[in-house]
Amino acid sequence: MSESAVDPEEVRHVADLSRVDLDDEEVERFTEQFGEILDAFEALEEVPEVESDADLVNVMRPDETHESLSQEEALQNAPESEDGYFKGPKVS
Amino acid sequence: MSTYNAFVTRETIEGSGEGPLAGKTVAVKDNISTDGVRTTCGSTMLEDYVPPYDATVVERLKAAGATIPGKTNMDEFGMGTTTETSAFGATENPAAEGRVPGGSSGGSAAAVAAGEADLALGTDTGGSIRCPAAFCGVVGIKPTYGLVSRYGLIAYANSLEQIGPIAPSVEEAAELLEVIAGQDDHDATTREAPWASEKRAGDAREQGSFEEEVGSGLGEAADGDVDGLEIGIPTELLDGADEAVVETFWDAIDELEAQGASYHEVSMESLEHAVEAYYVIAMSEASSNLARFDGVRYGPTPEYEGNWNEEFAGVREEGFGEEVKRRILLGTYALSAGYHDKYYKQAQDARAWIKQDFDDALSEADVLASPTMPVPPMKRGESLDDPLTMYLADANTTPVNLANLPAISVPAGETDDGLPVGLQIVGPAFGEKTIIRAGSALA
Repeated sequence: MSESAVDPEEVRHVADLSRVDLDDEEVERFTEQFGEILDAFEALEEVPEVESDADLVNVMRPDETHESLSQEEALQNAPESEDGYFKGPKVS
Repeated sequence: MSTYNAFVTRETIEGSGEGPLAGKTVAVKDNISTDGVRTTCGSTMLEDYVPPYDATVVERLKAAGATIPGKTNMDEFGMGTTTETSAFGATENPAAEGRVPGGSSGGSAAAVAAGEADLALGTDTGGSIRCPAAFCGVVGIKPTYGLVSRYGLIAYANSLEQIGPIAPSVEEAAELLEVIAGQDDHDATTREAPWASEKRAGDAREQGSFEEEVGSGLGEAADGDVDGLEIGIPTELLDGADEAVVETFWDAIDELEAQGASYHEVSMESLEHAVEAYYVIAMSEASSNLARFDGVRYGPTPEYEGNWNEEFAGVREEGFGEEVKRRILLGTYALSAGYHDKYYKQAQDARAWIKQDFDDALSEADVLASPTMPVPPMKRGESLDDPLTMYLADANTTPVNLANLPAISVPAGETDDGLPVGLQIVGPAFGEKTIIRAGSALA
């Protein structure tokens, strides 16, 4: 039995957060699969706390202008554009 | 026309004609940007996307004289282990009829195995170069994180992925890696490998350890000399593997032993958590990365009937396949309020633990070896309905990405049923020469 039982409402909520519409069949399948997958992820609870000093350094460069894509090139894959801008649906 | 469906787009891109790759064809995975040639990521979302610039690795291929014969098929956005989640149909395995070619760089491995390209580039986030190389009986290298520029690679999980070579032999894979490797101003995570700067400086170092005796270029490292090589074998990567795979693996180790290598077994407890840690981290990064596909800058044309969020969700329902949706949703879940510490933070701890275990194991061995995949190539259509089983097949490859290390998959032989088995050899960070040298004793 799945300990991390996931219900369809939860799947719909996460889909909403992710901005991905799902059909009813997908919701049904994902509900079952997510329970199983999240159960497997539960095993991470056994992982001990690990002291690690990440071997990271910042990489800086001078703040100078460089050659870049033209506005036309940047817009060439947009389904719609207007006056050199991306065009999207209304925000609310 | 090929029967393997290895290519999404066949369009020739000519190189400079001169250089180390002159006269060679190098197929490029379809998540690597090619100026003026569509780059789909195996997704309906990018079916008509034509990049306005070349990835750094593509610039380097062209400058090295290579000809690119086309863009290869892949699991959608790199999310899969079989190349069956592509919106452009599954790829056949030229080395094992009716079986999957592995994934996600299945088109690249199949193109090389079928002789439709001399060489190919793939990308490896959790095994996506090594798995198809193993399943198709060819060689694949996942470089140390930071060795190869990711500029122009359409991102899936930035902290894990690297572009790398697939080739019929270790020497050819090494030569291709040499061309694409190196620091790039467009990718701040790239570093010049220590061996590259030494090569340029003509620095004659003191001879001593196994690694230091290797010659200057990466291709020259493929000299097949494993005399004195110490191999560590993590027992966790044999437990639970298919019996026929394990048998073939030991045959390959015997062969290396006969050539002067020796081995010992080593326990790395942390590896038992690698798959979970990998999927939590990769899905979390993917949920953020793939937010850019909103139908505004690229993607299917929205109808503009609802508001932004409704349009956005509609475009993404239409443009993404099921595995991509699954990973975006699970990644969003793992990062959402109340679950972040339980999943993401624990996964980062597991990642640090795995790194430490590799450091320890590699202090007692030159390289670590395991079967590349715990199973032989699956039958086509077998794994699509069972995502968890498919994820678990990545048990041996994902630890390497989590630890940022280099690894090579070389053909180890075949099972009694004639199915290809790969041997994975893992080295220390920037230890490419060591794994190339070790692998070249077999292929």
